[in-house]
Amino acid sequence: MIQNNKFEVVPIDRVAVEERVGRLNKRSIKKESKVQALKLALSMVDLTTLEGKDSEGKVRQLCQKAKSPHPSMPDIPSVAAVCVYPNMVRIAKESLRGTKINVASVASAFPSGMAPLPIRIEDTKYAVEEGADEVDMVITRGAFLEGEYNFVFDEIAAIKEACGDAHLKVILETGELHTYENVRLASDIAMEAGADFIKTSTGKISPAATQPVTLVMLEAIRDFYYKTDKMVGMKPAGGIRTAKQAIQYLVLVKETLGAAWLNNEYFRFGASSLANDLLMQIVKQQTGHYQGPDYFSID
Amino acid sequence: MSDRIEVQKTYKTYVGGSFPRSESGHYYKVFDSEGDFLANACRCTRKDFRDAVLAARAAFKGWSSRTSYNKGQILYRIGEMMENRRDQFVKELGQIGFTKEEANADINASIDRLIYYAGWTDKYQQVFGSVNPVASAHFNFSILEPTGVVSVLAPENSPLLGLVSVIAPIIAGGNTCVVHASEQYPLPSISFAEVLNSSDVPGGVVNILTGIRSELVEHFSSHMDVNSILYTDKLDKETKIKIDELSSNNIKRVVKKNISDWYETDSASPYFVVDFQETKTTWHPVGF
Repeated sequence: MIQNNKFEVVPIDRVAVEERVGRLNKRSIKKESKVQALKLALSMVDLTTLEGKDSEGKVRQLCQKAKSPHPSMPDIPSVAAVCVYPNMVRIAKESLRGTKINVASVASAFPSGMAPLPIRIEDTKYAVEEGADEVDMVITRGAFLEGEYNFVFDEIAAIKEACGDAHLKVILETGELHTYENVRLASDIAMEAGADFIKTSTGKISPAATQPVTLVMLEAIRDFYYKTDKMVGMKPAGGIRTAKQAIQYLVLVKETLGAAWLNNEYFRFGASSLANDLLMQIVKQQTGHYQGPDYFSID
Repeated sequence: MSDRIEVQKTYKTYVGGSFPRSESGHYYKVFDSEGDFLANACRCTRKDFRDAVLAARAAFKGWSSRTSYNKGQILYRIGEMMENRRDQFVKELGQIGFTKEEANADINASIDRLIYYAGWTDKYQQVFGSVNPVASAHFNFSILEPTGVVSVLAPENSPLLGLVSVIAPIIAGGNTCVVHASEQYPLPSISFAEVLNSSDVPGGVVNILTGIRSELVEHFSSHMDVNSILYTDKLDKETKIKIDELSSNNIKRVVKKNISDWYETDSASPYFVVDFQETKTTWHPVGF
C-alpha cells in the first residue's frame, strides 16, 4: 500500500535480474586485468570490525592492516576506510592520522535502528564529533514495511543533517525487505533524502549482500543519476569473502554504471575477511603459487 | 523390444565428499591391459587441486579432533564397505591385467591394511609419545599432533592396494589429504572413493583427483596451504629436485618412500603414521 505518491514503485523483473547477474558472472577476467581488478577491489574495502568484543588494541591492529595490508609487498594499495563503532572512532582516527584512509562509523542505533530519532541523531553527532569521515546508518525497516515511507525519508534527512560534512551511507538491510521492488523503493527514498552512498546490509542479518540485490540498487543509482545528475555511491556489505565474488561485483558496477563508479569514492566493499583473500590472490598472481592463510595476518 | 544398451560408468573425481568433474572439462583416455579403450577420466587442473585443498583444509579441524577411537571405527568401516564391493574391484582390476586370484589378493591385502591402521589410531600416541627426563622442576612430555593437509602422489602401478596403503596411515593420524590417483590406472582409485563416500568418512578428509601427473606435480609441491607431500614411486632427478625446492617455500614435510612391492611387510608400519605427525613438547612446572 502506497500512502504517498511521491515514491513510485518501480516494477522489477526478478528472473531478468537474476539471469543478467548469471550472465555477467561468466565474464573471464585473467592475468593483468585480474591483478588490476584485485588491487582495485582491495582499495575499495571498508575494513570492518563491528563486534561487542572490539577493543582498542583490535582497532589499532585493524588500522595498521588498513595502512599496510601485506608489509612484505609495499606496492599493494591501502584500503579505503576502517569501519568501527562510534566509541572506537577516536582510536581509529588517531591510528590513521597522516593517511588518506577514512574512518567510517556505524551510528544511529546500529544494527537495529530501534531507538527514538533524537537518540539516533545524538549517536550520529557523537560519531562525527569524534572524527568520523563517514557515517553508516540503518533505516527503520519496520516503518518501511508498514508503508511509512515519509517516516523513513524524514529519518534519513534528519541524520544527513546531523552528519554535517561527513558522508552518509544508508543501510537498507535488504535481507529484511523481502522483494526487489522494496529494495528499489528504499534505494530511491534514501537517495532522495540525501544519501551519499546506499549500502545493502549491516552484516548482522542473513542473507546479507547478494549480487541480484546489488544490481537492483545499481540500477536505482543509474536512474537517479539520469534524473538529477548526482552520483551516489554503492556499498555491498556482508557475505563477500572471496576475491572471485569481489571481481564479479566490479563487473556489475562497470556494466551498470560505467568506469566513473569504479573507484573508492563511489564503490566500497563492507567486509573483513575479503581483504585477506584478495591479498592471497594478488600474491598468487605474482608468485604463481597458491597461498595459504598461515602467511597472512589474522585480522 | 530392442536390445538393451549398457549404461557406461562416468568416472569423476572425489572432492569435499562429492563427485565433481574437472572444472576444465578436459578428459584423457584410459585403456585396458589389451590396449582397448576403457573409459574417459578427468584431466584435473591446478584449479581442481586448489578446490581440493580448500576442501581438505575445511575438513581438517573436524577430522583431527575426532577421538582416536572414532577414527579407528571409521577406518574399520572403510574395510567393511570395501568387502561389499569386491565384485566391482575384481572386475576393474581384471580390466588392467590382474587375474581373479591376484585381484582378490589385492583386495584382501587392502582391507587388511585398513584394519591394521584402524588398530593403530589409538595406539601410536602411546608408543611414540614420551615423558622426558629433565634436570629441573618440570614435568616434560612430548605428544604427537597431525601435520595438516597432505598432498599425495599415489603409487602408479598399484592403483588399489598402493592407494589404500598411502591414504590409511595419513588419515589414521588425523590428517586430511589430496591424492593424485595412478595416471595410467585411475579407475579402481575412483571406485575406492565411492567406498570412502559410503563409510562415514567426512567429506574432504580424502580427496582423489585424476589426470596427468607431470601437469600436477608443481602444484602439489608449491601450494602454501599444504603441509606435507608424499610420494612412493621412483622419480627422475629433475622432478625430485623440483618437489624439494617448491616444498621448501613453506617448509613442507617431504616424505619419500621407495616402495615397489606393496605386499612387503615393510610397506605397512606405525612409522608411516608418525611420518605425518608433529611432536609437541610441553614443559609443565611441578613443585616438590
